[in-house]
Amino acid sequence: MSVFSLAAKRTCRGVSCLKITRYSVTNVENFHRRRNRCLQSHITNVTRLFSSHPHNSKVPEVATWELVPEDQLPPPAHIPTDLVDKLERLALVDFRTKQGLACLEKAIRFADQLHVVDTSGVEPMDSVLEDRALNLRDDAVMEGDCAEELLQLSKNTAEEYFVAPPGNIPLPKREERAALLKHSEL
Amino acid sequence: DTAQKRLLPPLPQEGQYCVAPQQLVGVVGLEVHAQINSNTKLFSGSGVRFSAPPNSLVSPFDASLPGTLPVLNKRCVEAAVMTGLALNCTINRKSLFDRKHYFYADLPAGYQITQQRRPIAVDGMLTYSLLGGKKRSQVIRKTVSIKQIQLEQDSGKSLHDDLRSQTLIDLNRAGVGLMELVMEPDMSCGEEAAAAVRELQLILQALGTCQGNMSEGQLRVDANVSVHRPGEPLGVRTEVKNINSVRYLARAIDYEIQRQIGVLQRGEAVQNETRAYDSKSGETIPMRDKEGLQDYRFMPEPNLPPLIVYEDNASLPSGIDACQAVVVQKIREGLPELPSVKRDRLVQTYGILPEHSFTLVNEDGLVEYFEAVLKATKKEPRKVIGWVTNELVGHLKHQDMSVSQSPISPSALAELLELQETGHISSSVAKQVFQEMWRSSGRTALEIIQEQDLGLVSDTAQLHSICQKVVDSHPDEVHAIRNGNEKVLNKLMGLVQKETKGRADPVLVRAILHEKTS
Repeated sequence: MSVFSLAAKRTCRGVSCLKITRYSVTNVENFHRRRNRCLQSHITNVTRLFSSHPHNSKVPEVATWELVPEDQLPPPAHIPTDLVDKLERLALVDFRTKQGLACLEKAIRFADQLHVVDTSGVEPMDSVLEDRALNLRDDAVMEGDCAEELLQLSKNTAEEYFVAPPGNIPLPKREERAALLKHSEL
Repeated sequence: DTAQKRLLPPLPQEGQYCVAPQQLVGVVGLEVHAQINSNTKLFSGSGVRFSAPPNSLVSPFDASLPGTLPVLNKRCVEAAVMTGLALNCTINRKSLFDRKHYFYADLPAGYQITQQRRPIAVDGMLTYSLLGGKKRSQVIRKTVSIKQIQLEQDSGKSLHDDLRSQTLIDLNRAGVGLMELVMEPDMSCGEEAAAAVRELQLILQALGTCQGNMSEGQLRVDANVSVHRPGEPLGVRTEVKNINSVRYLARAIDYEIQRQIGVLQRGEAVQNETRAYDSKSGETIPMRDKEGLQDYRFMPEPNLPPLIVYEDNASLPSGIDACQAVVVQKIREGLPELPSVKRDRLVQTYGILPEHSFTLVNEDGLVEYFEAVLKATKKEPRKVIGWVTNELVGHLKHQDMSVSQSPISPSALAELLELQETGHISSSVAKQVFQEMWRSSGRTALEIIQEQDLGLVSDTAQLHSICQKVVDSHPDEVHAIRNGNEKVLNKLMGLVQKETKGRADPVLVRAILHEKTS
């Protein structure tokens, strides 16, 4: 069996190092032969070039993209601490340290590049499925009656109810959180 | 002794129509959630029932288990289109689904699938009527604009167990289809809102798209209330929740309007908050658990392509399966008789007044009762209607009973009316007998009349002697009548009726007295 792993001959800016080894031709032959006997004649006659061959590299010599210059981007977004709090509450994520916040700001900056694209007159796309037909279901009972199975999934149940804490537990305030997470710098 | 200045202006009297003191008027907009009357839920094949063992009507999708996907229920789409058509909405040929995110234990997915961007129906109108005027006998027609109707999921039920500091979650209701009807703030007081909701209930029940029972949570109404001076921008609004009946709706809104007026008069500002209506005290109280303005982070539902409904069979794409197509024209043709049409039909058919027809359609089962009475009596509908809308309904309301609980059946009432029509009893006696029949359910009119000897006295000889007696003992009145004052005759008639304990045939008495005094 051929071992298949990836490696790049040279590293490109922004792309991390990968390893590629030669991909055995004979094994490709055998593989195809086993699956599709009628194509046998085609396979044996083809001379395949290794993709790592210098004349036929699929990986470009230099990066073909460039970072969008700063002046074309909108002003960088600064996230005030109130907004951090709000985001943490809405999405139940924890930015924890200044580094976490910096990571967020970098991610926003990276996404800012989308502003360069001219979308005038183009309808926004919701999902790749949006031109499919929506399947409508008949109004007949087909599911349910599996309370036991569902309740087994929960750690805490009472008779046939799921048990949850009373109401929404408010997130601890910023000051309290600082005490909880000693390495927090916020 | 100076009276303490009231902090709150006095509440309007029962029946007083929309009085707003101090020029500040109320502005009311309603958000109605109507549970769709379907066999299964909006996006899953679990059953829909009011009471069932906890978590027994829950599928893996309803419990938001990974690997499950929503599949839209055709019946729910048809129900929304039907409701939209009945409310004169424009049906959006293409509508979209979105996710509305918030965290709560009864919302397992952490988001609700709704239609925020493009709902299925928009720009409609609800026409409703109020009984107004001095005697509340004038039918006043009003309209309220419907901003949109959207399909969305219901959440599960949380039962708060304060003793053990926990909440018990039942997901039977999670995922049930709802139609959210958003109304523009066209109303100004509780009475208007109550009438609008009552009309909406009747329409939904006639369509069969929602059973409209507010106490069972099939129809939930939240009121957005603010006050302002006419012509000025709208004031800060509060949202009033936890309203379980049409009557409480009116009271809650009126209380909130008065409360806000009082706040402004004290020089304070109205807070933008959510308040719960407490039916015991009749007040609205701020709800806990609200942390500032919610941000629902709406996003398109990636698992559902747009919902397309077709105008007619001609616009169906070729090759489409019939059971996959919702055709608006077909639904429009299948609409049943709406309450407003029914009211007009009753007026036409029976020659009754609009306000009577209004009462007939407003009370559950009253039309059927009325028609049953008409079948069993030869009396004209116009003469029967008063008995049904005044006597019967009056007694029912007094004891907070429904038509189905009436101790007097349609045939029993018909019998009573026949006896009156054929001259066995006078109309005042008939009312007495009605009361007696109400009190002692099961006894027929005839039994009561015979027992208490209430039959009309038509014995002319006896009547003549009584009339003569009255005429002889009231010479002044006789003189007045002879001089042209006809009204005094009524006084003499009253005296004769007193003598006969109301059992004299009024037509005969009038004739005899007229003869004796001419």
